Amino acid sequence: MMPSAGHPTPTPATLTSPSFTPNLMQPGAHSTRVDRPLQGAILTRSRWCAVMGVLLLLSLILIMLCLQLGTQYIGIGHLVELLSSALVGTASEPDAYRTTGVILLQVRLPRVLLGFLVGGCLAAVGVALQALMRNPLADPYVLGVSSGAALGVAIAVLFGIGTTVLALSLLPVCGFAGSLVALLVIYRMAASYDRLPIHSVLLAGVILNAIFSALIMFITSIMEPNRSFGMMAWLMGSLTAPAYPVLIALAGYLLVGLVLLLKQVRVLNILALGEEPARSLGIDTERTKRVMFLLSALMTGAVVSFSGMIGFVGMIIPHAVRLVVGADHRLLLPASTLVGGMFLMVTDTLARTLFVPSEVPVGVITALAGGPFFVYLLVWRKDRLA
Amino acid sequence: MSSRGQDDTTIENGGDGTHVHTYDLRGVHFRYGRPSGLDGGWVLRDVTLQVQPGEMLGIVGPNGSGKTSLLKLLAKLAAPQSGDITLFGRHLAGLSQEETAQTIAFVPQEHAQLFPFTVAETVLMGRFPHRQRSRWSFGFGWEDQDDCHAAAQAMATMDITHLAERLVTDLSGGERQRTMIARALAQKPRLLLLDEPTAFLDLQHQLDICSVLRRLRDEQELTVVIVSHDLNLASQYCTRIVMLKDGRIAAIGTPSEVLSVETLRDVYGCTVLIDAHPESGLPRITLPGPSLPVHV
Repeated sequence: MMPSAGHPTPTPATLTSPSFTPNLMQPGAHSTRVDRPLQGAILTRSRWCAVMGVLLLLSLILIMLCLQLGTQYIGIGHLVELLSSALVGTASEPDAYRTTGVILLQVRLPRVLLGFLVGGCLAAVGVALQALMRNPLADPYVLGVSSGAALGVAIAVLFGIGTTVLALSLLPVCGFAGSLVALLVIYRMAASYDRLPIHSVLLAGVILNAIFSALIMFITSIMEPNRSFGMMAWLMGSLTAPAYPVLIALAGYLLVGLVLLLKQVRVLNILALGEEPARSLGIDTERTKRVMFLLSALMTGAVVSFSGMIGFVGMIIPHAVRLVVGADHRLLLPASTLVGGMFLMVTDTLARTLFVPSEVPVGVITALAGGPFFVYLLVWRKDRLA
Repeated sequence: MSSRGQDDTTIENGGDGTHVHTYDLRGVHFRYGRPSGLDGGWVLRDVTLQVQPGEMLGIVGPNGSGKTSLLKLLAKLAAPQSGDITLFGRHLAGLSQEETAQTIAFVPQEHAQLFPFTVAETVLMGRFPHRQRSRWSFGFGWEDQDDCHAAAQAMATMDITHLAERLVTDLSGGERQRTMIARALAQKPRLLLLDEPTAFLDLQHQLDICSVLRRLRDEQELTVVIVSHDLNLASQYCTRIVMLKDGRIAAIGTPSEVLSVETLRDVYGCTVLIDAHPESGLPRITLPGPSLPVHV
């Protein structure tokens, strides 16, 4: 610390040594008094661990619960027994267990896990897009990113890429290409203004959605009728139990995406302040935006190619989580991921149990829950959406 | 004065009596995007200007005269098409983003915040340029004791300690402006650049902000540059004033030198009344009443 003189002191030898006056910078007893105001007002490591611990525990409990429910109820003892025997790989199981075992392990477990993954990723992408666009209403579905991905997948299906087993991994790539197109349009718009007015972003999303839906409808109508029916069910957003190798591949892919998103959380905090403050704090905003848009497109593309257009998860969940845990993305992003996973897992359980033997596409339920919430935000909370 | 054009990496040595300007702008031309119109569409033309350490410089001028653009050039948020800007004798363009961020803090014009960060969290964001980079921080970069200390101190300076837990979305304009300045102070900069810090604030808050800025300059040897619409505030609080007109410097000097009836008529196109402030003796500008003839 430099002593302060009455005159402007000669400038120090480096650019980066601020010279605060000593009376403001007394270490020791003074500092403890001064630091106290921050207690409770900022996110600390311990609060982070507490919240994430609770959410992880809650996720596990809900996963177990969702595994129990279905056309056939599986008791908790039975469930644990089946899961542990599957983990250990016991060959000799009683005949009575076999059918329930198949239902649980081949149908219910992969579907529940897929729901968790998809919901988590949609929420995480929602958080990222909201911070990037500085728009609390941003969501891959609302912005037309999901329908872009769906168009990519629909084109792939039309040309028969999706039907071959070998090319299964190509569908996410086509979805990625489609969502990238949508994000590029939005990125161009966002680049030409400092900050897009919220309603312009929504309008852009409406237009993109209209164009992409028209193209998707065109594709489905020239398809063979039996394929177009499956297409429609998928478009509404529905989860079907994937094979384990596919599930593992998807999980790996999405986890990498999540980790890369998590690496940007502190930067996202500062981007939420505004473009210029972020740049003046030394952030390469253009590069960050490109990276984040690319990651969002990759994740949305993969998710949509598996589960169709499940709407509003990316908007409701970050909103709700932000109200509870605060706006710091270091906690908001991972917490939203877990809550989004839980949310979609539970809604999908409702979708497959409420109207047995019929099954409702889960996208119908999320849209019915999310649409009114969206309207509520637009109409009654517009003071917050300056 | 150190001669420009010498090795970029040499940083001034304050001990041997050489004097280096905080900022040194030479023949700076700037425009957004491509040339347009007959005159090339320049927002700033041939701006030559020195800023001294510990100065409180006010940039004033009519709407569209290039005030904010000049501030953005100083903050390295934009780069001039031609001309030269040096900061403490080093070319501004040659500084890394990190170095710039540790030296210059920029407070943009006040606008509403959309995400419910607490005041303390917002102020702590100013510590970003000083973050510890380690392999395992994983983008989280938890703030350490130094960061919290700097933030708490900045909050105390701006008198917002009691607001620490409040959400920035719930603050009044004045409180939000003070939060943003505290965020800039937590950056521990040597220069503080502010764009219209008193716009949209009521009288009490205008005075608050200005006297705090003046105090920061006096106590912490911060060099302060503000863009302002308010000639009277600039007159009372700035040590020097740059007046821009159509992207050119129309006048530069102390408030008493710059704020004359002739200069203001020339720059703003209207005649005002100027007398001495009853307390400070600095120029005080009064708009003419409706009964007086507007053109003399």
